[in-house]
Amino acid sequence: MTTISGYNFAYLDEQTKRMIRRALLKAVAIPGHQIPFGSREMPLPYGWGTGGIQITAAILGADDVLKVIDQGADDTTNAVSIRRFFAKTAGVATTTRTDAATVIQTRHRIPEAPLTENQILVYQVPQPEPLVKLEPSRAETRRMHALAEYGAMHVRLYEDITRYGQVAISYDYPVMVNDRYLMAPSPIPAFDNPKLHQMPALQLFGAGREKRIYAIPPYTNVRSLDFEDHPFRAGRAPHACGLCGADTSYLDEVVVDNAGGRLFVCSDTDYCETRRDAGHVGEAA
Amino acid sequence: MTPMLQTAGLGKHFTLHLRGGLTIPVLQDVDFHVAAGECVALVGPSGAGKTTLLRSLYGNYRADQGSIQVRHHGSMVELARAAPRLVVDVRAHSMGYVSQFLRVVPRVPALDIVAEAARGLSPEEARDRAAALLLRLNIPRRLHALPPATFSGGEQQRINLARGFIGRHPILLLDEPTASLDAGNRDIVVSMIDEAKAAGIAIVGIFHDVSTRDRVADRTYSVAPLQDAA
Amino acid sequence: MTDDTLLSARGLNLRFGAIPALVDVAVDLWPGEVLAIVGESGSGKTTLLNVLSGRLRPDDGVVWYRDPSGRLHDVHAMPAPKLRALHRSDWGFVQQDPRSALRMGVSAGGNVGERLMAQGLRHYGSIREQAIDWLRQVEIDAARVDDMPRTFSGGMLQRLQIARTLVTHPRLVFMDEPTGGLDVSVQARLLDLIRSLVARLNIAAVLVTHDLAVARLLAHRIVVMQRGVVVEAGLTDQVLDDPQHAYTQLLVSSVLQA
Repeated sequence: MTTISGYNFAYLDEQTKRMIRRALLKAVAIPGHQIPFGSREMPLPYGWGTGGIQITAAILGADDVLKVIDQGADDTTNAVSIRRFFAKTAGVATTTRTDAATVIQTRHRIPEAPLTENQILVYQVPQPEPLVKLEPSRAETRRMHALAEYGAMHVRLYEDITRYGQVAISYDYPVMVNDRYLMAPSPIPAFDNPKLHQMPALQLFGAGREKRIYAIPPYTNVRSLDFEDHPFRAGRAPHACGLCGADTSYLDEVVVDNAGGRLFVCSDTDYCETRRDAGHVGEAA
Repeated sequence: MTPMLQTAGLGKHFTLHLRGGLTIPVLQDVDFHVAAGECVALVGPSGAGKTTLLRSLYGNYRADQGSIQVRHHGSMVELARAAPRLVVDVRAHSMGYVSQFLRVVPRVPALDIVAEAARGLSPEEARDRAAALLLRLNIPRRLHALPPATFSGGEQQRINLARGFIGRHPILLLDEPTASLDAGNRDIVVSMIDEAKAAGIAIVGIFHDVSTRDRVADRTYSVAPLQDAA
Repeated sequence: MTDDTLLSARGLNLRFGAIPALVDVAVDLWPGEVLAIVGESGSGKTTLLNVLSGRLRPDDGVVWYRDPSGRLHDVHAMPAPKLRALHRSDWGFVQQDPRSALRMGVSAGGNVGERLMAQGLRHYGSIREQAIDWLRQVEIDAARVDDMPRTFSGGMLQRLQIARTLVTHPRLVFMDEPTGGLDVSVQARLLDLIRSLVARLNIAAVLVTHDLAVARLLAHRIVVMQRGVVVEAGLTDQVLDDPQHAYTQLLVSSVLQA
C-alpha cells in the first residue's frame, strides 16, 4: 500500500503530537492519573477510537509495526479501517501477529500472548472516569482522586455482592494503579484484568471525546478492587475453543446457524490461528 | 454535723424585659444551711419565693448575689454563677431534685425514666431498683412499660419521686412532693424521706401539707415576701 | 482554651456582604457534652455550625479541635484531606434532610457501611455485620438491611442517617435540625434515640434547633443567638427557665404550650 500525499506523517501535525506526547509523559509519571489533553477532530466519529488513534499517531515511528484489534479480532471493520488509516498516512508496516507488533492499538481486549518490554499497548477508552456512575460532578471526582477517597467505589461492589452474591462487573472492572489511583481499564473483560498487573509493556489509554490520557508504566502494580472475603475472580465461559481447543483463553459465543447453533471461539483471532498453525484442533474444526 | 449546703447573702430578682425592664426582687440576704441527715422545710406564704429559693439552690435559677456552697466530691464548691459544667456535675453526683412537674421525652416508658436517673448501677440493677421503687409507690407493674404522658397527676408525681430518690444523691431538693398524693401514698413518701435522712441525706423541701411537713422536717426556714421595688 | 475541651472557638466573625452572620462568637465544647444553638431563622445558628465544623471559613477567629491523642488542630488551617478524613472518622454530621445525606440508590446496609469502607475496611461480612448491628441500634428491623432508602419513611431515613454517621464511633457530631420536618410522634421517638445514643456512647454534639423543647431534652448547655451575636449562654434549664436577656425572654415566652 502506498502512502498518500498531502498529510503529515501519521496524519496529526507535529505541534499536536508534541502536546499529546507531553500528556503521555505526565501520564507515565503519575500512573493511573487522568491527564487532560486537547483532543483533535479526527476523520472518524467519537466512539470509534479517536483517543487511541491520536495516541498511536503521536508515538508511531517509521520503523514501527502496527497491529490493531477490536474485541480481540484483527478482521473487524474498526480494526481494519484504523490499520489501513496508518498504513496510508504513515506508511508503517502492519501485522496481525501479536509477537511481531511494536505498537498494538486495542479496543476491549488485551492479547492472550504475553507482551514484552519492546511493545506498547494503546487502549481506546470511551469513559476514563471510574467514578462517573457514582458521582456526576467532575469537580468532585477530581477531588476524590486527589484525596484517594474511594469508599464510594467499594459501596458499589458491596451492593453487587448484596444483590447478586458476587461483584457483577464483567468489563471495565475498576483497578487501583500503583496503590494510589483508581482507574477504569477501559471496557476490557474482567478476565483481562490480571494481565494489567506487572505487564512488561507500556500501556497507554486515550479517551478522545472525554479528552483524557492516562497510562500504566511497565511493571506497575495493578490490583482489581475486591473484598477480603469476596476476592476478585476473572471469569470466562466454561468451554474450550471450538476451533483451536484452547481452554484458558477468553471466548466469544458465536451463533452459527438459523437453528440457534452456537460455537465458542477464541476472541483473540491471532492467538487462535497461531495455535491452529501449531496443530491444535478444537471440536468444531 | 456535716454541712451539705449553705448560702450566704443569697439574692435573686427577676428583670422582665418584655414589660419595660420591670424588676421584681424575690430573695434578699438569704442565709440558709442544711446538714447531712437533716430535713429543712421552707415555709412562708404563697408567692414568698420558696420555689425560687429551691430552684436557685439547684442552679435552675441564676443566683444574682451571695454564695451557694455545696458539698461535692468531699469538699464545698461555689455554685452561684458557677460554670454550667460544674452545675451539671454537681447534679449528677451530689444533688437531686424532685420538681412538681414531670418533663421527659414523650415516648419513654416510666421504668426507663426512673432507671436512667440511677447512679453507679448496671442497667439491670437500675431497672430492678426502679421497679422496686415504683411498686413501693403503688405504680403497678402493668404501667411500668408505658410512657407516663397519659398518667394521672398523682401517678406522674410518684414517677417523679421515684426518679428523684433512685439516685440517692447526698442532697435532695423536694418541691411539693406530696401535693397531689392521697393519704396512703403520702405515708409512703414520708417513710422514704425518713429512710433517706437515716442514710445521711440532706433534704430541703417545700411541703404544702402541714401535717406531712411536721412529720419529716427537723426545722423550718422562713422565706418572707419582699416589698415590690418596682 | 482549657486543657480538656474537645472543640473551642474564639473571636469568630463572618459577614455576608452587609449582613453580620457571626459577631465575635466564642464556643467551648467538652467531651460527652451536648450543646444546643438556638435562635430564630437567620440568627446565624447554622452558619455557626458550619464554621465550627470547618465547612465554612470565618473572616476572622479560630476553631480548635483536640484529636484523640490530645493534639490540637486549628480546624480552618487543616489541609483539606485531613479535614475530610476527620469528617469521616472522629466527626459526624447529621443534616436536616436525610435524603441529601444518604445515597438513595444504595441499600441501607451500603449506606451504613460506606464510612467503614472509606476507612479501608475490606471485609464484606464484617461490614455487613456492623451495618446490621447499627440498624438495630437505631431501631430499624435488621431484615431491611438490603432495602433501598426510598422505601423508608421520613423518620426511618433520619435514623438511617444517624446509623451511617455513628458507625465509625465519632466523638463529635454536628446536627442541623435533626428532628425538623418530622411528624410530632416520629420526632419524639427520634429525640429519645438521639438522647440515649449520645449518652450511652459518650458523644459530644453541637445541635442546631429552633425548637426550645428539643434543646431542653437533649442539651446540657445552650447558646442563644440573635443577628449573629451570642446574646446568652449557659445551662439549658437555667437559660430556658430564668432567661436574662430580653431576646431570650421573648423567645421563651413565644413558645406555644401544648
